[in-house]
Amino acid sequence: MYNYLLILSMAFYMLGMLASFVYLSSPGKSYLKWTSICLTVGFIIHTSSLLIRLFESGHFPVTNLHESLSFFSWGLALFLIIIHYRYSLSVLFSFAIPIILIFLLLSFSVPTELFPLAPILKSIWLPIHVSLAFLGDAIFALTFCVGIMYLIQEHHIKNKKIGKTTRLLPSLNLLDQLNYRLLSLGFPLLTLGIITGSIWAEYAWGSYWSWDPKETWSLITWLVYAALLHQRLTVGWRGKKAAWVSIIGFLLIIFTFLGVNLLLSGLHSYSHWS
Amino acid sequence: MKDTITVVGLNHKTAPVKVREIISFQEGQFANSFEALRHIRGVTESAILSTCNRVEVYAVFQAGTYDPDIICNFLSDFHHIPPESFRSCIYELTGEKAIRHIFRVASSLDSMVLGEPQILGQFKNAYSLAARHKATGVILHRLFHKAFSVAKRVRTETGIANSAVSISFAAVELAKKIFDDLTRCRVLLIGAGEMCELAAKHFIHAGIPDIYITNRTMKRAIALAEVFGGKAVSFDTFSSLFEKVDIILTSTGAPEPIVTAEKVATTMKKRKNRPMFFIDIAVPRDVEEAVNNLPNIYLYDIDNLKEVVTANQKEREKEAEKADGIIDAEVEQFIRWMENLSVLPTIRSLRNKAENIRKTELEKTLSKIKHLSDKDKTAIDYLSRAIVNKLIHGPSMLLKQTEQSEIGNPVVDIIRKMFGLESDGKNNPHDL
Repeated sequence: MYNYLLILSMAFYMLGMLASFVYLSSPGKSYLKWTSICLTVGFIIHTSSLLIRLFESGHFPVTNLHESLSFFSWGLALFLIIIHYRYSLSVLFSFAIPIILIFLLLSFSVPTELFPLAPILKSIWLPIHVSLAFLGDAIFALTFCVGIMYLIQEHHIKNKKIGKTTRLLPSLNLLDQLNYRLLSLGFPLLTLGIITGSIWAEYAWGSYWSWDPKETWSLITWLVYAALLHQRLTVGWRGKKAAWVSIIGFLLIIFTFLGVNLLLSGLHSYSHWS
Repeated sequence: MKDTITVVGLNHKTAPVKVREIISFQEGQFANSFEALRHIRGVTESAILSTCNRVEVYAVFQAGTYDPDIICNFLSDFHHIPPESFRSCIYELTGEKAIRHIFRVASSLDSMVLGEPQILGQFKNAYSLAARHKATGVILHRLFHKAFSVAKRVRTETGIANSAVSISFAAVELAKKIFDDLTRCRVLLIGAGEMCELAAKHFIHAGIPDIYITNRTMKRAIALAEVFGGKAVSFDTFSSLFEKVDIILTSTGAPEPIVTAEKVATTMKKRKNRPMFFIDIAVPRDVEEAVNNLPNIYLYDIDNLKEVVTANQKEREKEAEKADGIIDAEVEQFIRWMENLSVLPTIRSLRNKAENIRKTELEKTLSKIKHLSDKDKTAIDYLSRAIVNKLIHGPSMLLKQTEQSEIGNPVVDIIRKMFGLESDGKNNPHDL
């Protein structure tokens, strides 16, 4: 049941993505409507799959790699829907839905079965720490998309290539503002994710910080975003620079999320996927 | 033979302005012109579209009465000029071609600037003028309303009006793609010139709240500031405004650039890198080319803007082809409606409709009452037939009394509407 629901939600995300691509080639309200309908339906099914997992296992479904990837995609879909209703940034769909799909596909490439929970993971801090961290990551995924959109639009306007693309993409200022807003939402989430993780670490391992690879790379990511936020507020880093840093920041997140699990071993390797 | 829809007119492509201005109709002339058209033999309905780019007379002629010279003579009599002086500029279209032309005009496919929005307003105005003078009837009424909806379809379903095709509009569009909300931007006008002023007007129209104007002669700056409701500033100190303003329009006659990359770069620090948009309309150019290389700064000179406009025009032409597809379909539909408007098809569809209702209702009832004998069933069948025939006898007779060939007869139209006869064909009743 759980797997079927997840596959069904993927199918809807896929349809939404296709509709959003058609929208790119011939912008019309109806394709946009279909995109947001498919996305919303996919999201509802996705949510119910998470709930089923929650009831089946009795713990928050973020305990292994499969669940984390699925939860991250879920957060991304959630924020995408919210942003769409607030800003009606139609083009964002074509950038963000593929990321949702990629991470859901990845979540199927690793074992999806339930495993008995390691005793150390049975804590109230698990849902708090992990969901804060992943929701922050989801926000940064959108910042990444907005950054790419900015770079494309900037390139076109700077080089005087005005046409369909420039008309389709939102204005530079809107994208830049959105970059800042997402940053100021994602950064506190990331910070809280790290803090709660460190509190939990104190309970679980008896030390707030132990330079485990995941911790180290999270800190590096945090520093990159902190630098961007700081520079933005003091000397006005914006536009292209902000877009590039957001893109690099998200690549660091992916590495922290996946690369560390795959390449480096440490305290965070609880997942039963290898 | 059927009634004919006709178009006789001239436009910017066929006639020079000196002809167009003579033939054009002024505000107070319409009452007389409709009166004159009404008295032309065979004309049952008429309307006049008169804009600075075109003058067109739309008319519905009774079968067999149409002759293009009639309308030409009307124009010649009305404006007191000999027909030879404008006859060569005139185009005349009938039937399907006339309908297509009218749809294309309303959709701005025949305009000098493809897709420009004003024509639809002028077209609506032409209709309300004709309607007010009771010159329109069933056919033109429907034709105009159809033209409005075709124009709307073209506008929403194609990108014909999406892109700017004048330099000043292109500049405003670009500014919107940089700043999003122009109501928070400030504009600085350096130098004065026709193009610059036009662009400034467009920016004000787009909602720019503050405009600063500078010129080598302060007097001119002050005069312009009054026109635009802006502030005049001294030419020697205008660069101190760079910190404040977002959009800068330049068009001075200076031989050397007056805005240097160095100057702009130092300003950007103070602006905390808030973007700037330079529009340099001057030749030779007023802004150093290197300014465009600075981050968050966008510089467009006159050639850049012209390129944008050319590209946009090409795109509009491509969209116009799509629009013609829409129009073809609509023309076909309109012709079908006109054909249905004559008497015989109406009687036929009235009968069909009644017979269909009778059959379905009869079947519904008979399937519920099971105990009836075949004889009873036949009796009920006869009964329903008799009722239906008696009911439609009146309207059928009324239709038969009206002239067979005549299109656009109000009786036909009313009966079609009364019995909902549009819906049995391919026509949609809500399509009016």
